[in-house]
Amino acid sequence: MQTFHHILKSNYENKADQVAIYLQHAGQEDLPITYRDLLNRAVGTQQALENQGIKPGEVVLLILQHGEDLIYSYFGIILHGAIPSIMPYLTEKLQPDRYRADLSALIDVTQPAAIITFANFENEVRSALKTGDSVRTVIIAEDIGKTGQPSFDLNRRQPEDVVLLQHSSGTTGLQKGVALSHQAVLNQITTYADVLHISPEDVVVSWLPLYHDMGLIAGFLMPLLYGLPLVLMSPFDWVRAPYRLMHAVSKYKGTLVWLPNFAYNFCATKIRPRHMEGVDLSSWRAVINCSEPMRHESHQLFLETFQPYGFKESALATSYAMAENTFAVTQGGINSPVTIDPIDRESLQVDRIAQPAIENRPTINMVSAGPPIPNTEVKVIDAEGKTLPERHIGEIALRSNCMLTSYYHRPNVTEQSFLDGWYLTGDFGYMLNGEVFITGRKKDLIIVGGKNIYPQDLERLSMTVPGVHPGRVVAFGIFSQRAGTEQVVIVAEVDDAEPEEKQRIANDIRQTVTQGSAVALRHVHLVDEGWIIKTSSGKTARLANRDKFIQETGYTVD
Amino acid sequence: MKDEIIAKTTAYLQQEILQQPNRTIATDEALISSGLIDSFSLVDVALFVEENFDVVIDDTELNAETFDTLEELADLIIERQG
Repeated sequence: MQTFHHILKSNYENKADQVAIYLQHAGQEDLPITYRDLLNRAVGTQQALENQGIKPGEVVLLILQHGEDLIYSYFGIILHGAIPSIMPYLTEKLQPDRYRADLSALIDVTQPAAIITFANFENEVRSALKTGDSVRTVIIAEDIGKTGQPSFDLNRRQPEDVVLLQHSSGTTGLQKGVALSHQAVLNQITTYADVLHISPEDVVVSWLPLYHDMGLIAGFLMPLLYGLPLVLMSPFDWVRAPYRLMHAVSKYKGTLVWLPNFAYNFCATKIRPRHMEGVDLSSWRAVINCSEPMRHESHQLFLETFQPYGFKESALATSYAMAENTFAVTQGGINSPVTIDPIDRESLQVDRIAQPAIENRPTINMVSAGPPIPNTEVKVIDAEGKTLPERHIGEIALRSNCMLTSYYHRPNVTEQSFLDGWYLTGDFGYMLNGEVFITGRKKDLIIVGGKNIYPQDLERLSMTVPGVHPGRVVAFGIFSQRAGTEQVVIVAEVDDAEPEEKQRIANDIRQTVTQGSAVALRHVHLVDEGWIIKTSSGKTARLANRDKFIQETGYTVD
Repeated sequence: MKDEIIAKTTAYLQQEILQQPNRTIATDEALISSGLIDSFSLVDVALFVEENFDVVIDDTELNAETFDTLEELADLIIERQG
């Protein structure tokens, strides 16, 4: 059994001159980075860690924007045998105070021994540190040596040792670090590459952030370990100019791209024909929809928009993925077109059974996530843990050889997530002919643009606004057809107030939530005391409140 | 001229970006640095400016340093219309 070190050594020896990454930055020439450059530069970080007395198995937090430093440091930490964990960088709309609080929370749970950041961000990082915490050193990226000769100590780490941590964002998400072993990541990557029929002709193009599992595994580690060229652009550049993705595919003959559902709508509605002059998308053999609910309409919109530029219908593909299984659980649309299952809406909602569509009754076109990848078993279970038959909706449970080691330093959370060796995903869905269909979520997670958002984080922030009743706020998502993702709504109870005062409170809630979580609210609804539905145990019933909101306001998102 | 640009842009931001037609936006109110215009909407603003005023704002310029308020955006448009 191998570790990352074996594979990196082999790539260094056998593919030294091959370009590993074409790094893109808006307004700059693309930077080709060979495997030799990549690993020589990684040695700089490895030496810095060595000099600072960081030991294998200790966590090193990376707080760096998209760019060379982040890439080299990531592999430097791995060469050293330490565990990299990426914290998103502070964005201009997020309030520094909130960011500091999130960083402190992350430090408390993951206990990093070192943090690597830029010189101009050092003070920000230091202000989140406390005396007696785990952080022994803050390493400045600009001070890290720029070259070296890697030695690849193959016994430095064992296959079952943790190689990296993955987090989702927000105060709650940061406290659930998914710890993955060398073995788990390599099992995922070899199995998944096989399912995708990866060949030396493949080129991966990605704009996804590396602190997200889709970006880190599919859009970074898989191509780099497998030896496929990777074209990597910044998420900030993509969101300001989505046509850059099409240009990159065209220029480098990209074949594989992973996108969250909203990106299909985003690309289709914000790219103009004038941006597409001379663009050829015929090399593209799979665009894989994953990380938020997949919509047939989004696929169709994308296809109609980009078919004139050579995009092929057969490239539409889907995947159900999660950090806890390293990445992919299923893969659809590679060997045959993605299965669409038209089902009866009422049976789904009332009987929790995905009945085939009935003529003249409301229908939902369910998009298949495909069959499980060969190393992953999936079953659908009821509340008692009993396996359900085909077409019956239940919780998705899985078992694999690429599963998380634990939620890092959270043994209770880890234990609660498993039932008899099966990981409970918290997602609802059904099976049909061996394929998995996801219908919803058990946990109250909101997914906006592929990013997991915990409603309790947004509720907590709203409650700090003067005039809002503590404990009387509810946040939920409503799917928007136009955006192809969920829009966030907050309902808050306030005292009788003048309209201007209510307007002030609503504005304050928007501002506080945006600056505290980087989430933009689509709608803030202020209501009188007693509006919000609570469960018998006093918890906020988010789904019931969502239904009440929709009924009462007739709210529709187009 | 400038007033016209500001009025038209304000209406667009209220209806399409914020989707709150009654939300007043002061001409010196921070739009980008405050997070009022989400990063996902910056490209819409650039397309709106290009398609309505025939002025190109490059994607590398879509940040608070280029313009952060309605006033600054209107000045930028007038300057580039030359």
